[in-house]
Amino acid sequence: MTDLTLFTLMIGGYVGGALAACLFSRGALARWLAGVGAITGGAAALALGGGKLFDWSSASFTRIEVMGKTSIAGPLQGAGVVLIAHPLSALFLAIVGAIAIPAALYSIGYARDWEGRRSLRTPGVMLNLFLLSMSLVPLAESIFWFVLFWEGMAISSYLLVMTEADEPETVSAGNWYLGMTQFGLGFILAAFFLLLPPDGSGDFTALAKHASTLSPGLKSLVFVLALVGFGSKAGLVPLHVWLPSAHPAAPSHVSALMSGVMIKLGVYGVLLFGLRLLGGGPAWWGGLVLALGAVSALLGVLYALMEHDLKRLLAYHSIENIGIIFIGVGAGMMFLSYGLPALAVLGFVGGLYHTINHACFKGLLFLGAGSVLHATHTRNMEEMGGLIKRMPRTALFFLVGAAAISALPPLNGFVSEWVVFQALLGGATIPKREVAVLMPVAVAMLALASGLAAACFVKAFGITFLGIARSHEAEQAHEVPASMQVAMAALALACVVLGAAAYAMVPALARVVGGLAGLPPASAVTVGWSLGMPLSAPGAVGQISPLSILLGLVVLLAAIPMALWLFRASRALRVSDTWGCGRIAQTPRMQYTAAAFAEPLRRIFAALYRPTEDVSIDFHPESRYFVQSIAYRAHIVPWFERYLYDPVIHRVIAWAARVRAIQSGSLHAYLTYLVVALVIMLALLVLWGS
Amino acid sequence: MGLLSKIFRTGIVTEAIPPGDPQIVHLVREVDRRSRRLFGRALGIREVDAGSCNGCEIEISGLMGPVYDSERFGFHFVASPRHADLLLVTGPVTRNMEVPLRKTYEATPSPKLVVAVGDCAHTCGVFKGSYAVAGSVDQIIPVDVFVDGCPPEPADILRGILTALGRS
Amino acid sequence: MPLPTGYTVAIAQTALALLLAPGLVGLIRWLKARLQNRRGAPVWQPYLELRKLFAKEVVVSSNASWLFRAAPFVVFASTVAVALLVPVLAVPLPFDSVGDLLVVVYLLLLGTFFLALAGLDPGSAFGGMGSSREMTVAALSEPTVALAIFALALGAGSTNLGQIVARTMADPAAAVSPGYLLAFGALFVVTLAENGRLPVDNPATHLELTMIHEAMILEYSGRYLALIEWSAWLKVLLFFSLLGNLFVPWGVATVLTWAALGWALATLLAKLVVLAVALAVFETRVAKLRLFRVPELLAVSFVLAVLAITVSFLVR
Repeated sequence: MTDLTLFTLMIGGYVGGALAACLFSRGALARWLAGVGAITGGAAALALGGGKLFDWSSASFTRIEVMGKTSIAGPLQGAGVVLIAHPLSALFLAIVGAIAIPAALYSIGYARDWEGRRSLRTPGVMLNLFLLSMSLVPLAESIFWFVLFWEGMAISSYLLVMTEADEPETVSAGNWYLGMTQFGLGFILAAFFLLLPPDGSGDFTALAKHASTLSPGLKSLVFVLALVGFGSKAGLVPLHVWLPSAHPAAPSHVSALMSGVMIKLGVYGVLLFGLRLLGGGPAWWGGLVLALGAVSALLGVLYALMEHDLKRLLAYHSIENIGIIFIGVGAGMMFLSYGLPALAVLGFVGGLYHTINHACFKGLLFLGAGSVLHATHTRNMEEMGGLIKRMPRTALFFLVGAAAISALPPLNGFVSEWVVFQALLGGATIPKREVAVLMPVAVAMLALASGLAAACFVKAFGITFLGIARSHEAEQAHEVPASMQVAMAALALACVVLGAAAYAMVPALARVVGGLAGLPPASAVTVGWSLGMPLSAPGAVGQISPLSILLGLVVLLAAIPMALWLFRASRALRVSDTWGCGRIAQTPRMQYTAAAFAEPLRRIFAALYRPTEDVSIDFHPESRYFVQSIAYRAHIVPWFERYLYDPVIHRVIAWAARVRAIQSGSLHAYLTYLVVALVIMLALLVLWGS
Repeated sequence: MGLLSKIFRTGIVTEAIPPGDPQIVHLVREVDRRSRRLFGRALGIREVDAGSCNGCEIEISGLMGPVYDSERFGFHFVASPRHADLLLVTGPVTRNMEVPLRKTYEATPSPKLVVAVGDCAHTCGVFKGSYAVAGSVDQIIPVDVFVDGCPPEPADILRGILTALGRS
Repeated sequence: MPLPTGYTVAIAQTALALLLAPGLVGLIRWLKARLQNRRGAPVWQPYLELRKLFAKEVVVSSNASWLFRAAPFVVFASTVAVALLVPVLAVPLPFDSVGDLLVVVYLLLLGTFFLALAGLDPGSAFGGMGSSREMTVAALSEPTVALAIFALALGAGSTNLGQIVARTMADPAAAVSPGYLLAFGALFVVTLAENGRLPVDNPATHLELTMIHEAMILEYSGRYLALIEWSAWLKVLLFFSLLGNLFVPWGVATVLTWAALGWALATLLAKLVVLAVALAVFETRVAKLRLFRVPELLAVSFVLAVLAITVSFLVR
């Protein structure tokens, strides 16, 4: 299949799905058609992007103009949609396609819940449009199309978040989300316009050429603006506050897409500006990205630990993993500016590899959380428990996702974190000693974040799936429909395969960044691999073989029972009660709760959380010696919301209230305003004219 | 370093078990050869207080100390009956402790042994006939060895356990 | 390049580690008993315990799921996998390129992860408490381990264990460099934390509220308990081998001849005995820290690791 065919198939799939959802708004047909459309589009996108990444198709990619050159000058000039001019676009297109398929498959089963209660039109149409715009953002090669698809992505995802708008927290989440996307857009537009060449062409190649003529100060300003704009989309601290409210409010497959794919486009934006348009810069750019990444990683996981809403917990973990991705990207940018190309490639490879891996396991985890929500109608972990027996397959897939995100070998999360570690370890060779000593700090923060992530997922999986059901809904939970299970299974398999196939992924990713910003082209940097299995890189200081680890663990797991049988160990087994010091009965309330599980960490990091506890005891009316009930509430201080966002929002609202005084309602006042404005403009024209 | 020099000055204080009164230890049933071989040298003991006055517990805690040193026979005290091979039960079984005692016995994996320590465990001792007592230990769970005494000396308790293992 | 008998030596050294581990723990217990002025069980007592446990019945809670029954195997498999990677007798071995020090750390985390889940599975409060505390201690010791690895890798130019050992053997002066000594101190504290030894956790306690590791395995019995205990003992031996062979690598065989391997075995036993004595004396001397003082201890080890890095940077 040629690229144009695949491209047409992708557009056709998405548009077809949207049309089908528009026409049929109810019933299984609507769900299936919308889903199949999205799946077709996603598969085509994956084939298109993956083909470029792994050099499957032999066709050389040329600049294919879909709209043709227009004769309108200015930002619209050269505004054809270009077909994958660069492997970086191909990578992100492949990610969109890869996660779109399971998410769309999942939505077919998930939307069954909405039948009779909601129209399926908006979710179906918007899902396809969301996927369409996300697929086209990496392909856009001019400001106009980029911003068009970017906004399309924002608006369609907003409408998707508002699908279940009958709950007040959803509306609030949607408002936050919309506000933050427009805030980010402002910064992105500012960055783009600062790069506009005098002839006004919005084409990216023209922008890059013009950027090379700019002063370093202006380039730095552009980079910072882009970092703020794209960082707010990615969820970098302190621009992350919309993430924990928007992702849980959305339907689960949408959360998976938002967390797994959409925030990665923020990473794409930073790479676009940092590497392609600006062509690298001074070391403090990379240092800033690295620092923000490390802080995001640590704060994300620390706040995730305190959550007992399953989806909010996952949203905070997205912030953490974005932090890890930016640690890799930042390290790469730093090495680039210090003239260490091999290490720079390693840093970028680590960041991009983690991008792919996070998309897979976060998508899987959100789909799993959605299955749990579907079965128990609650997101609160404190009301779940024992689901592993009622939803065995969902539990298994969620376990794979939890192990992957906790960076346990041999899954994919471990391999990409290993690459990022190796890049940071190589940072010891940075010539400037004062800068090089910051690398161990980043290593320590990354290690702490990954350790805490493991603790958090023991809590998340353990409280949700293990033990005894803590509520009636959890007792009655049932396994989810087949389409949802297949979607999760596909992602779980991807997690395992992506880890084992590191020997193929790493060179492919090295080719992606090759040629950008003075990085050596792919042929010059061999992030080497052999037909055997070791993963080694010339700038890196280590060598592992994830495939061997996987095989070794499987062999050992099989060998141990065989050895036990061989040595005739006893095989007797008896089922009895849980040992509880001989207590008479066991109720679900005797188990550990999520709040209790995280309590040691809450105390240890109390300086950050400033936890407060609220215990209210109801005594029996007859005597204070008998307690009827105890209510325990624990709160932590949301620093960013309270001390950064709330003051700003209040200030803005106060100013707006003052400005509102202009709207007096009096026609005379309005006419006066018009006349005054006219007079001032005429005066200015006269002054400038002379 | 004062601690280390004191340790070396004190030396090993473990005593050999003196031969005792054979009337004190009653073997109810002979333990089978397989269990004897299994537990002969490594035994996990879980102590269960089924309503005792703690007199027997104090004597049992002496077993873990340096003088009586139960560990030299391969015994170690465990926290969970799941890790245990032998239950060391004290006290007349009070009504509140009847079910917990049964549950403890059930929670112990087989093969298992039970040694009932003290007069209360054997015949309910001074609490015989009380409204709060459900019965002696052998009326609740099967017992292998009784060790009489109020309380029995640690050496007698050790001898009782060794008798249960067939190592007198 | 893998030598012809490289794979045999790798498998043999893993088997040796498995066989020695109960003896090592038995030695530590015997030494502690003697330091408590009592005779104590013989050094081979843990072998007898294992033999007994394998012959006993398993009692499983009705609330537990397949995870409870699979966890001992996962824990044991991951620990044996680590044993295949750690240089116990000889370097370089063919598995050296399969995993480096980071893989070792995260494989141990894999075992801890599943054991913590197994603690939550039966739905008992003790298990949950043990899991919570164990994951807290594991998470807090991660930065120290990562920095200690960084310090070692800085000198050796690689995180692969064989490389680190070879580099120290080639340059003996590095072994007494401040960076290495500080890293040794940091890793010693991590050994105590990861293996549940005093002052972090008392392995012989039977007070549930003071337990960390033991609380998670209160529900296990029979062969499952045997596998978990054996993994824990193997972990102690592997940490001791790491401490011994990374920091004092003389004796580790670099050629695969019978003489070299015999000498490696002798020096390994000597290092294990020295570390066992040190641990036994240390455990007798200190008291257990209450749980919320443990982060302070781990912070001390973190500071040691940071100093190790800084010194290594300045010295280069």
